[in-house]
Amino acid sequence: MTATVPAPAARRGLDKRGSHKKAFNKKAVVPWLFLAPGLLLALVFKFWPMAKGIWLSFFDVRPFLGDRWIGLDNYTRVLSDNRFQDAIGHTLILGIGQSVGAILLGFVLALLLEGQARSLKILRTAVFLPAVTATAVVGELWRLMYYPTSDGLLNSGLHLLGLGPVQFLDNPNIALYSTMAMGIWIWAPYNMVILLAGLAGVDRSLYEAAAMDGVSLWQRLRHITLPAIRPALMIVLTLATIRGLRVFTEVYVLTGGGPAGSTDVWMTRAYTLGFTRNDIGGASAASVVLLGVTLLLTVTINYLRKRGEAR
Amino acid sequence: MSAPVIDPVRPAAPGTPAGRSAKAQRATPARFDTALGWNDKPSLAWALRILLCLIALGIFAAPFLTIFSGAFTTNPSGSSLSFLPHDSTLLNFRVAGERGIWDYLGNSLVIAGGGLLLQLVVCTLAAYALARHRFRGQALIMMLFMMTLMLPEEVIAIPLSLVLGDVPVVHLDLKGTVWGVILPLGAWGFSVMMLTEFMRDIPAEIEEAARLDGVGELRMLWQVVLPLCKPALGVAGVLGFIMIWDQYLLPLIAAKDPTDYTVTVALSILRTDPEVGSGVVLAGAVIALIPSLIVYLLLQRSLVTGIAAGATKG
Repeated sequence: MTATVPAPAARRGLDKRGSHKKAFNKKAVVPWLFLAPGLLLALVFKFWPMAKGIWLSFFDVRPFLGDRWIGLDNYTRVLSDNRFQDAIGHTLILGIGQSVGAILLGFVLALLLEGQARSLKILRTAVFLPAVTATAVVGELWRLMYYPTSDGLLNSGLHLLGLGPVQFLDNPNIALYSTMAMGIWIWAPYNMVILLAGLAGVDRSLYEAAAMDGVSLWQRLRHITLPAIRPALMIVLTLATIRGLRVFTEVYVLTGGGPAGSTDVWMTRAYTLGFTRNDIGGASAASVVLLGVTLLLTVTINYLRKRGEAR
Repeated sequence: MSAPVIDPVRPAAPGTPAGRSAKAQRATPARFDTALGWNDKPSLAWALRILLCLIALGIFAAPFLTIFSGAFTTNPSGSSLSFLPHDSTLLNFRVAGERGIWDYLGNSLVIAGGGLLLQLVVCTLAAYALARHRFRGQALIMMLFMMTLMLPEEVIAIPLSLVLGDVPVVHLDLKGTVWGVILPLGAWGFSVMMLTEFMRDIPAEIEEAARLDGVGELRMLWQVVLPLCKPALGVAGVLGFIMIWDQYLLPLIAAKDPTDYTVTVALSILRTDPEVGSGVVLAGAVIALIPSLIVYLLLQRSLVTGIAAGATKG
């Protein structure tokens, strides 16, 4: 049976080599026809701009005068720029604070809202709202909550506690943390959903066994739940880190980088350089640096993850 | 460490000890169903949980009420803001309408509709090729689509704005047209990966049977594969919509002048307009919020499974 299978094909190959080859080619072309639209769009609107960005980062881009090759000058200029150096610090503080806060709060929410009851499902639906709302709308919402006079929403709450009105967005010492709070508010419910999926996968019989062994709640959480949802935690961490580095919209809609550049992150800086000051070369160099760091970080996290799984 | 070692590979107590009570023999008693062992009977922990749930609701959901109440209040600022409107009015919406909010909403809806349609078609076609065909360079193509995920709009925004102004080879100026926003959204790595994963799980027998009936490639995709992919398409659709609706930088750089903005970007115009108060901005925010709210509430199950599945596979 198995021996007869290749025979017709082989014979066909001998008899009419031409038509067989044609049929083979047609079969080979089909998947590429299906892939063509996607590849074309990705090429034109993702990879070509990326290549162009890398290319332009080595040039002094001058409209109408022609671009002038300046080697690494854009990079040295951007990296030695004070405001970009400040932006690195802000990006790291915002990225790390926002990620850690959103993961912790997301975990707490997941633990709190885990369960099958219908009321819990409704609660989860309501709590998830921030994650599906457009960032621009969230920005308006938080501007309102951060209203700087003592009768603003958050400030009236603080007023009850006897604290003076806080200039959440106008005080350069506070604005970055106000932005961070909004970021945590957006991403904690998102992390909650991923972690809930992780919690649902924990073997229930382990909880039962633990109860029979008289294990405390804390030990149960630490030795059963946490190891079981480690993959979900790693995913959340990876996504959050990458997101944290390229944060733009949250900052742009809430503070626009102000006051006095105190919330300027890497991408808002690059945006200002590229679109307000028309320094395309410098902005491209800044973007390439961010792209490089993002790729490096993604590869590193994936490597660590694989090594962790192998162990 | 004094903690007793809990062996994670211990079998799930199949041979129940004879002395155990009937209550413990229930498949999963409620207190074993959650990580924290929440009990559904009134107790101190139960009361604490309700309190915490209320706090969570207050933090994450109640602020949305302020948008609505502010939008329906004549001149909200500071003290007049509350969770419920006290003098309800449609004035803010009328003023926002005069500032062209409905035109911006129109832009948004055209972009969301067209972008989502294009995205679904393009990603389905690509996923079909990746899942149901074997060809040279498959792994490479898969990697390219994965890379589009790692290549966020923010990072390529500056060169992309140049490309949109002068598309290579054809030299079209897409700026100021909806195509400038729609086309870059077409190839979304996430949808491609998720649909590919899903289509791979379709048994080969179904496809072979259809092939014997002489079904061509397009009909195979349309009549055999797609009907089996409805759940995955639902996920791709709802996540795609939320993702497109959330776009900010792309419509900003693709616009030639502010009339090309989407409703979310246009909120900043309302805000910086000295002649309108915060009530009008909030009316705009409500208008920008409602479409995504409708999609979310109707299709939340797809959305939640999609995020969870995409994350655990990704």
